[in-house]
Amino acid sequence: MTDATVSLPRPVPQGGSLFTLDGRVKRRNAAEARFRAYGMTAIVLALMALVWLLYSIFAAGLPAFQQTFVTMPVMLDPAVLDKNGNRDPADLAKVTTVGYSKVLAASFVAAAEAAGVDTGDLKPKDIAGLLSEESAATLRTQVLADPALIGQTIEFTALAGGRIDGYYKGRVTMASAKVDSNVKPEQLVLADALKAKGMLVQSFNAGFLTMPDASDKRPEAAGLGVAIVGSFYMMIVVLVLSLPIGVAASIYLEEFAPKNRLTDIIEVNIANLAAVPSIVFGILGLAVFINFGGLPQSAPIVGGLVLTLITLPRIIIPTRAALNAVPPSIRDAALGVGASKLQSVFHQVLPLAMPGILTGTIIGLAQALGETAPLLLIGMVAFVRDFPGALPGGLFDPAAALPVQIYNWTQRGDPGFVERASGAIIVLLGFLLIMNAVAIFLRRKFERRW
Amino acid sequence: MTNGILVLIVMALAAAAHVLARRRSLAVVAGDIKKLHSLPAHHGQTGFLFTAVPALLLMALWLVVQPFVIDARVGGMIADSDVPAGSTHELVMADVRRISDGLDTVVALGGSGEEEALASMRADSSAVRARLAKAGVALGDNVGDAAFTAAAAHRALVHSGRNAMTAAVLALAVAGLGFGLSRVRPDFRARIASERFVTGLLIASSLIAILTTLGIVASLLFETLHFFRLYPASDFFFSTVWNPQFRGGSDLGIWPLLWGTIYVSLIALVVAVPVGLMSAIYLSEYASARMRAWVKPAIEILAGIPTIVYGLFALITVGPILRDYFAQPFGLGSSSSSVMTAGIVMGIMVIPFVSSLSDDIINAVPQSLRDGSLALGATPSETVRQVVFPAALPGIVGAILLAASRAIGETMIVVMGAGAAAKLSLNPFEAMTTVTVKIVSQLTGDTEFASPETLVAFALGLTLFVMTLALNILALYIVRKYREQYE
Repeated sequence: MTDATVSLPRPVPQGGSLFTLDGRVKRRNAAEARFRAYGMTAIVLALMALVWLLYSIFAAGLPAFQQTFVTMPVMLDPAVLDKNGNRDPADLAKVTTVGYSKVLAASFVAAAEAAGVDTGDLKPKDIAGLLSEESAATLRTQVLADPALIGQTIEFTALAGGRIDGYYKGRVTMASAKVDSNVKPEQLVLADALKAKGMLVQSFNAGFLTMPDASDKRPEAAGLGVAIVGSFYMMIVVLVLSLPIGVAASIYLEEFAPKNRLTDIIEVNIANLAAVPSIVFGILGLAVFINFGGLPQSAPIVGGLVLTLITLPRIIIPTRAALNAVPPSIRDAALGVGASKLQSVFHQVLPLAMPGILTGTIIGLAQALGETAPLLLIGMVAFVRDFPGALPGGLFDPAAALPVQIYNWTQRGDPGFVERASGAIIVLLGFLLIMNAVAIFLRRKFERRW
Repeated sequence: MTNGILVLIVMALAAAAHVLARRRSLAVVAGDIKKLHSLPAHHGQTGFLFTAVPALLLMALWLVVQPFVIDARVGGMIADSDVPAGSTHELVMADVRRISDGLDTVVALGGSGEEEALASMRADSSAVRARLAKAGVALGDNVGDAAFTAAAAHRALVHSGRNAMTAAVLALAVAGLGFGLSRVRPDFRARIASERFVTGLLIASSLIAILTTLGIVASLLFETLHFFRLYPASDFFFSTVWNPQFRGGSDLGIWPLLWGTIYVSLIALVVAVPVGLMSAIYLSEYASARMRAWVKPAIEILAGIPTIVYGLFALITVGPILRDYFAQPFGLGSSSSSVMTAGIVMGIMVIPFVSSLSDDIINAVPQSLRDGSLALGATPSETVRQVVFPAALPGIVGAILLAASRAIGETMIVVMGAGAAAKLSLNPFEAMTTVTVKIVSQLTGDTEFASPETLVAFALGLTLFVMTLALNILALYIVRKYREQYE
């Protein structure tokens, strides 16, 4: 008997050959291509956003590193600056910047005429208006430091006014000068004439990095000096506090902590602290350090303490990873030759984990350097012109901080400050770039794979 | 003697203790190191700790307690009748402390003769006033004679307190040194003692994280309760009007702020989620190793840029562009700071948070799932959409929640890009404000926490803290749960 073979009809190929694409395959392939294109688009969009961001900041900020100066001989007239003629520092200090601006204006008008520049029908006051109001103060400081200069004619480099500077950076035009009460078109014409004679020059603006902040009307004189010192002081506080505490906490949690409730609570806590918005830490700083602890406002010590609390979890997480990456055989070997647990950690594990710890610390510091919101709350927005004192006392003096200085400048009326703020961001990004480059270098140079 | 010098002396004593204990340990066993339980260096360490730790602890305690004790004693010298009208006892005490510091400066400036001069001048307050002004302490007219007398007493107490502290701290340090040396014996377990101390330090360091959290919660809760005593909680939580007045009678409803926060974060997520997710998918499923090595770090640069930079970007670039090309031509608004501005810029900031985390999660999906799907004839995109994505979905949701928490807590972008007007509106081109913006504007430069207008910042801070914490815990829970699935 043979099995009855049910002869089923052979399945008829539906779409023909595998080698010719039917409609469905084409659709699916098109969907595949579309999907890839979406992915590419997303990446391109993200990268374009980065480029756009950097471009707009650099385009707005690079001019801040160029500044317009006026060089001229200044006759330090004793009749104005030292009426008593005795060069007594107390008497000299009584002459305010008003006196110096007179001297400066007279010398400037004289110098312009000597150079053969046609001043048109501009009044001497308008001619002097080309100079920054800050230059009188600079001259005064210079003379008070060296009273012997009085009576001499010195070569003086004065800052040009903010509008004149803006004219050469495209911020101010002849058309805008017509409606601007702070500058006249004739002044711009005069500036061009002075430039042709070489009295007015554009050069690198070192003062942007060294000078203190300036008042609302003088963007040309505003510098980052105090802010850089303040940020530097805060970074020192953060480093001195958060590196030892962070490493000690990581060692405990990674090497010693028993698995119990308390350890769990600490771990969850650290993970959550890393995600708490930084402004909440600012509230904490205001309530605890300033109101309860009585520390001064705007002081780098408070900023440093707040930033330390923000940075601690950011240091603990990579430090624990670095400790964890050291193979257990190292610990076992140390214990095997009679070291105590603590000795094995401090003499063997910690040195091996050090590159990873330092990398994490530097990246944590870089994040702390850019942190702005908490510093606003603890009063770092105050207008500070005086450099804080030397360490450690200077930690308690009022100071500014780089990111807060940037915010401060964006809140001011004069459009010159937008350029300053963008320039300050370039400085900030420069610092961050250096720190991250050091971190990457450390990692590449010392990283070990086990 | 200043505190710094005192600390230095104690440290010098402790260093001496280290050397002495080390020598002594060798001397007790006549140089035969094998007879010692611990190495000489450990004996040195315990000597150091016995000298330095108790003395420095005493000093810290003294410095914290002394001001309270002195204030309590001097405070009694100022009768209620000495408090001028419009002032309070506390303000007078603040003056007293200021004068007391000023007197110190006067003496420091004037040399030793000044000390006697001050004693005779106490009654004649105008001369003191002039001298204080010279020392940089300006006094108001309403500072009476009682305050000067109290200040002089304050200063005397501070001085005697400081002398007593110096003596006590030094005595304790020397005693510790003696005690430490006396314990150097061959069978003394110096290593265990010093290691126990170091372990204690390690535990204390890790407890700082808990202390920080407690500090945050306590300061927020304490001032929030204070706020609710001045302003009804029901109005805060249910009112839809935000209108602070500095003369009182403010409306402080949280809803306009919450709406602004949610609206901005929503726009940020609408920007960041598609871009971040698609780039993560492309990078993990399609991109070559070479492209990945370049593009991934480049996108992560976005996460390393400080938020103030994004804020300025919103202020000078994105805001004006949106206003000139979208809002004004369509008649939607005329403000360059708007929910849209802040949302788009924040979206750019959040992209790397979505993409990095999603990338990790997509990579954690086992390769066998992909291989199975591809073997059945699915195209790579079908594999991603129907196999990888569903498997990674919980993790991706976690990543999005983390990004949302980031967006809600973000401050500088909204301060500079979103505006300050508290409004409940649907138009994204209008300026609106958020919880964080108002915390900044209500608290900046203010330390007198007395009015509801200032204290409301703490209630807002608490709301923010609770919101972000809840999102984080939820996100971590989801991510952790998902990770367990494939491990």
